[in-house]
Parts: sequence; C-alpha cells; structure tokens
Amino acid sequence: MNLLVRLRPWAFIALLLVAWHVAISRQSNHLLPDPLAVGGAFVELAQRGLLFKYIVASLFRVTWGFLLAAVTAIPLGLAIGWFRRAEMALNPLIQIFRPISPLAWIPISILWFGVGDVAAIFLIFLASFLPLTLTAMNAVGSIPAVYINAGRNFGLSTAGIVWRVLYPAVVPQLIIGLRITLGIAWLVVVAAEMIAVNSGLGFLIVDARNAGNRYDLVVAGMVMIGLIGLLLDVGMRSFEKIRSLRWGYSED
Amino acid sequence: MSQTTAPTTARAVKTKLRAEGISMIFRRDGKETSVLDSVDLDVYDGEFICLLGPSGCGKSTLLNSIAGFLAPTSGKVTIDGEPVTGPDPRRIFVFQERGVFPWLTVEGNIAFGLFKLPQEERARRIAYYVKLVGLQGFEKAYPQELSGGMKQRLEVARALAVNPDMLFLDEPFGALDSITRLIMRGELLRIWEAEKKTIIFVTHDIEEAVQLADRVVVMSARPAKIQQIVEIDIPHPRDISSPRYLELRDGIFEQIGLAHKV
Repeated sequence: MNLLVRLRPWAFIALLLVAWHVAISRQSNHLLPDPLAVGGAFVELAQRGLLFKYIVASLFRVTWGFLLAAVTAIPLGLAIGWFRRAEMALNPLIQIFRPISPLAWIPISILWFGVGDVAAIFLIFLASFLPLTLTAMNAVGSIPAVYINAGRNFGLSTAGIVWRVLYPAVVPQLIIGLRITLGIAWLVVVAAEMIAVNSGLGFLIVDARNAGNRYDLVVAGMVMIGLIGLLLDVGMRSFEKIRSLRWGYSED
Repeated sequence: MSQTTAPTTARAVKTKLRAEGISMIFRRDGKETSVLDSVDLDVYDGEFICLLGPSGCGKSTLLNSIAGFLAPTSGKVTIDGEPVTGPDPRRIFVFQERGVFPWLTVEGNIAFGLFKLPQEERARRIAYYVKLVGLQGFEKAYPQELSGGMKQRLEVARALAVNPDMLFLDEPFGALDSITRLIMRGELLRIWEAEKKTIIFVTHDIEEAVQLADRVVVMSARPAKIQQIVEIDIPHPRDISSPRYLELRDGIFEQIGLAHKV
C-alpha cells in the first residue's frame, strides 16, 4: 500500500509522457518534440559533454550569487530588525527596490561586469539579497519578547542573547526564506544565462533555438532545469526535518 | 482582619523586598494611562505572596517593575537593600506566556541559566530538577512534545536550577485546565517548602490566592492600589472546606465587591 502511494506520482508522470508521445505522433505540424526526441537530445548533450558542463556552470553561478547574498543579507537583516529605528529608516528604500525585477538589472550588470560569470552571479546576488534581508528582518521582529526577557533574566550578555536566543529563534524562518530565495535564484540564473553568458542551461535553451530551431534540445534543457530545481528544493526542505527546528513549522 | 502586619505563619521576619511609592504611567499616542498609583509593599524573606486583582488591573505591571523589566515612573524597589535596576539571575521570572525555549530539549532548557557552572555541577543540577518537577524520561524531549502542565513545570525547573532566592510567577497556571492547575498548585507548594524561596505570584483567581499564599495582596482596579493585605493564617496543607478558609475567601470576595453567588 505504502509503496503504491509512493509510486503514484511517478506513475502519473509516466502516463503524461505516454499521452505526450501519442498526441505528438497523431499530428503532423510538430508543436513540440516528442518525448523520445527529448530523450535523444539528453543523450546527444551527454555525448558532446555539454550536459554536465552546463549544469555545473549554472549551479556554480547560483551557488556563488546565493551564498554571497546569504552571508551579507542575513546579518544585515537581523541587525536592521533588531534596531527598530534602522528598520523605520531603511524600509522605504527596500520597498522601492523590491518591485524591480532582478532581470531589469541585466543591462547594468553587463555594463559593469561585461558578458560573463560575474554578471550572472551579480544578478543572482541581487535577486537573493532583498528577499533574504526581508526574511531576516521579519524573523527578528516576530521573536516573542518573552524569549528575550528570559535571556536577560538569566544574566546573558548582549552577545549571549544574540547567540543563544536570537539566532536559534530565527533559524526556522531563515530556512524557509532561504528555500524560497533559492527557488527565485534558480529562476533568475536561467534568464541571466540567456543574455549575459555563453554557457549554462539558460544559454542552452536560447542557443538551441537560435542555432537551427533544435526544440528537442530546448525541451531537454527545460526538463533539466525543472529536475535540478526540484532537487534544490528537496535539499533545502530536509533542513526543516531537524528536530530542534521542528517547532518553527506548523505540523504538516 | 489584620492589615499590613508581619506574618506570623511565615518562617522569617526579615524584609526581602521593599517597594515604595511605585507609580506607573504609560504614554501612548499622547494619552496617559495611570496603571499603578503609589504602591507600597514589603515582602518578607521566604514568604509566599499573591498579588490578586481583576484582569488588566496592573498587577503584572507591578510584578514586571519589581523584577526590573519595567522602570516605574516613580518610586523605587529594593531587594536585600539594593535598588533594582534590571533583571537579575538571583530572581527569576516565570512568564505568563510559555517562556520555555522551543529549540532546546528539557535538559537544554534547564541548563540554560547554568552556563557559568562546570560540566559536572550542571549535569547534577539538571538531574535534580528534572526529578523535582517530575519530568524523568523526558530529558531529551522538546517542549512541543510536552503537555501544557509539563511545559509550565519545565519553566519552573529552569528558574529553580539557577538557585534564585526569589521567584516571580505571572499567572503561571492561567492557561492550564482546572485539574492540572490544582495539581500544579500542590507541586508549587511542595517545591516552595523544599527550596525556601521567596515567591511573588500574580493571579486573578481568589481561590488560588487563598490556597497558596501566606499573604494575599488585594489590588483595586486601574490605576491599581493596594486595597488590603489579607494574612492567610492556615497551615499547609490547607483544608479548603474549613471554616477559616471559607471565611478568608469570602472576606476577599466581599472586599473585591463580588456578591458571592453565581
């Protein structure tokens, strides 16, 4: 029973693949490559050594942009959230920058860094920075005063309160924020690679279309993006299972 | 009924805490609200005091200023002759809302205030207080795995573990069901007799106050003043159907202005 339940989503995917195949084979003007052609495209990419190379290129950019944002935005957000005056002063500025899509920064990032990895990493950084800052700000703001007061009552120094109360209290929300932001970063890397660089999964998609309408390669690239996005999310979700963090998540 | 006299039942006569002329005025949106109006109170060493009053009367505010979390607008609090300037590990506040840290286990919570002690002493105290509050077998459990009563006991254990000489409890049993609340009162009295702490306990429950306290400080509605201090001269364990108990309880009911009929 349990096994059947676990297999259900995979069975559904298999069913969709069959339906996709049948639908394509029954009409002549190919709106989409059929699944077998996409499978062939994977093989072709792997044989040319591009599949692995492009995946690594995309992950490399996301990792750097995302990590740089995390190590700068989280301490900044925590500090802003802790000092309420800073929050009042900075909030309007943050709210103005927030609706600007990170993609709107593509021209400027190319102007500053040229076509290449740095421009793409910069875009990921921008896309991750504000959401993470806001997550950290809100996480500090929502710590119940009773925890801080208890920390003070037991004679903790300010550093002790930060390390033993503030930090553990915000971790569950930070993990949710990191997970959502990593999703955004993964969306943005594909777009950034379409314009700012000559490798990666986003580049694969644009390049396959431009160089001879190879829609099998386009769809293969899309499938790869989806699979890696899924793996990243599963990886981040596994943090939510840590026992000392469970309290921060409503039971599901 | 005796007024502001030193207790005859309590074990000591030394003044532990003295609050003099405590007034508190909150300002919000240009409006001033007077919450406490020149409250004077002496608490003796080892005494169990209940601050009793209607909800929102300011008794929690009084407790918070005694504990050093709020600075009173005027007046001063001294404990053992020293003025109170802020919270202090020698006197621990047990919070109305659940104040246990959800990211720490039972052991971790009890150990929270013991960071200055050597490893061995810490382990010894954890074991002792786990047992004192009856949480054996739950040492590695997280608070979300505990019931409300167990969480409240854990918070009391965390407070006692640092060996404070005073405990401030702000309606600690308010969120518990009535059966658990009765059990917890018994537990608290047992711990109080074993550990000889000075306890100030805020409640709006007249029965609770008369069951627990050496003296019940009856407070008026806002701005709170001390209306009367009632000495409960019944030894523990108290028979809650004895004539003296009923007399004292009904006296407080009248004092608060409640006809004792439902």
